[in-house]
Amino acid sequence: MDFQLSDDQRALREGIAQLLAGRFGRDRMRAAHDGGGGVDRALWAELGAAGLFALRLPEAAGGVGLGLPESVLMFEELGRALLPGPLAATELAAGAVKGAARGEAVVAQTEAGQPVAHLADADALLVLAGDEAYVLAGGPLRRVLDGARPVRSADPGTPLWRPAALPAYAAEGEPVPGGGARLRREGALLTAAEQLGSAGRSLEEAVQHARDREQFGAPIGSFQAVKHLCAEMLVRTGTARAAVYAAAVTGDPAEIAGAKLLADEAAVRNARDCLQVQGGMGFTWEADVHLRLKRAWLRAGQWLAAADAEEELAAGLGRAEPVGAPRTHVTRHTPRLHAAE
Amino acid sequence: MDLAYTQEEREFRARLREWLAAVLPGLPPRPDPADWPGRRAYDAGWQRLLYDAGYAGLHWPADAGGRGATPTQHLIFLEETERAGAPYVGANFVGLLHAGPTIAAEGSPEQRARWLPPVLRGDEMWCQGFSEPGAGSDLAALRTRAVRDGDAYVVSGQKIWTSHAEVADWCELLVRTDAAAPKHRGISWLAMRMDAPGVTVRPLRTLAGSTEFAEVFLDEVRVPLAHRVGAENDGWRVTMVTLSFERGTAFVGEVVACRRTLDALAAEARRTGRWDDPVLRRRLGRLAAEFQALWRLTQWNVSEAQRSGGVPGAGGSVFKLRYSHARQELYEAAAEVLGAGDALDLDREWVRDRLSSLSYTIAAGTSQIQRNIVAERILGLPKGR
Repeated sequence: MDFQLSDDQRALREGIAQLLAGRFGRDRMRAAHDGGGGVDRALWAELGAAGLFALRLPEAAGGVGLGLPESVLMFEELGRALLPGPLAATELAAGAVKGAARGEAVVAQTEAGQPVAHLADADALLVLAGDEAYVLAGGPLRRVLDGARPVRSADPGTPLWRPAALPAYAAEGEPVPGGGARLRREGALLTAAEQLGSAGRSLEEAVQHARDREQFGAPIGSFQAVKHLCAEMLVRTGTARAAVYAAAVTGDPAEIAGAKLLADEAAVRNARDCLQVQGGMGFTWEADVHLRLKRAWLRAGQWLAAADAEEELAAGLGRAEPVGAPRTHVTRHTPRLHAAE
Repeated sequence: MDLAYTQEEREFRARLREWLAAVLPGLPPRPDPADWPGRRAYDAGWQRLLYDAGYAGLHWPADAGGRGATPTQHLIFLEETERAGAPYVGANFVGLLHAGPTIAAEGSPEQRARWLPPVLRGDEMWCQGFSEPGAGSDLAALRTRAVRDGDAYVVSGQKIWTSHAEVADWCELLVRTDAAAPKHRGISWLAMRMDAPGVTVRPLRTLAGSTEFAEVFLDEVRVPLAHRVGAENDGWRVTMVTLSFERGTAFVGEVVACRRTLDALAAEARRTGRWDDPVLRRRLGRLAAEFQALWRLTQWNVSEAQRSGGVPGAGGSVFKLRYSHARQELYEAAAEVLGAGDALDLDREWVRDRLSSLSYTIAAGTSQIQRNIVAERILGLPKGR
């Protein structure tokens, strides 16, 4: 057992972090959010060219041939950078929607009762309906958009739409191989990874502020009350990280449900604590933390919300293999991410 | 990231399982918790079985009589023994996990030869004389003093929260050998016989009703100079070496046990119909996520230690903080599963565990102190007020 990142995995994460730092620094991030949060097609294509969306497609299909753990490391960095867009849905649709793998198509996602994020930007819509999943594109997708009304979204990075009843369009959709259960699991896991990255970023920002900001003649980070907020943020992040990474390795549904639950909690609570550490400044539009908090709320409601995750975990109690049981495990080769040119 | 165990680790697990299955049915019944001599004999007997089978001091270095096992093998050992319902380390805790490793790392060849083999065989038990009434989480504030007199130190003072003091043969004792030195200097590490003249043990009753620990009064106790481990006034560093090793795997068995308790809670709630309450059901579901994650965090920390050559990282404090609160949450949920009728019935194990869980956020550094450690040592926030 060696539950640590391999050298290849470290290099992969380093690669995407560098790409994001170069192409989506703070100014670009603020501009994206102040501009209404549409999908930046050029950046989307750049991420596609780097292999982000095709990471798990087999090499024979033009993909990179990696697994969930590598995707999770990528999505953690996307979450840290607060990149807007339906990232998980596009990654999941990479084999099913033309252009998605190369980042030339944007795939939004929805299920009954939820608003649709980035509907107007979408080239295809991934619809989750229980254990079924299908993709809408072309005419049917246009009709969904025509029947939808825009929501004044609390998240400035995510335009939201309320569609008319979706199931009416089901007959016109293309079924997705593997069905809804797999997509929901993997979507939940990739989203949990984004939440994890967001939680980590909130922690870094809070710690930086606690070191720099002086009150009563001392850095506020020397006050125990502030220290304890920061320490709890680290505990939440560390626990969620172990859960998310392990779920990526095992792919176990109960572990994924747990990982989503803890990562949602870490992203939301860390953003709130970061805001508290930043005080009045944290409550202004100029601080970034509100953007992360609002995105964390959005993601917490997507793919697998807390109530459903808790019910799923409860259902497994007394029946699942006990914690610590050795699991069977598929080993995988790990070729490198495509160069980012 | 690889959660699969190696061939060697799987074989180790299989051999251990086989041995546990063979040896556990023959164990005598567990003594009553109040029966201290019985508990000592039981714990010593278990240690002797481990010794004879080659499992004693698994994680100790080979040149100290241990097996030099990897952190992962130690993890498997703790996991499998808990899962099989084997005895807990019990009164051997300090000897095996504190004093022994300290002597192995810092002791002279004579000291290692004198003290280590009896610990491994279960012949001698140790207790820990660190805490004092005026020095709890602020361990370095200790005041028990030792003054040289010929070939011995003369020790006077008081220790508290000393687990297993009633049955211990030896005490790993922190004393102040230089009162004028700064707080963290001037401390020395001594091995003191518990039957030496001047040692008085007075058991303390916990809120759970048990006598798990004691006060130890020291009145001019003579401890030979030869029983000092490490240099004079260097005891703080010696102690820190030991404490850092405690964190990595100290709670492995307990996490496995907590998950089993959670399963039992769910079964009980299903039996009584309380399972139909979605609030309770979801609360148990969230706890499942919690203990699953804590198990994975343990594997993460152990893997990290293994990569760094056995040196535990900062993850121990993170784990301790999260685990101690999760354990309390577990037994709060247990009280709800039991319902008002049974939640105060001391004959129910969960009720007793609920009471003892209150110590977890206090013992081995309170949560408040742990948060300071995390903030200052891991996050690099300034020391302060």
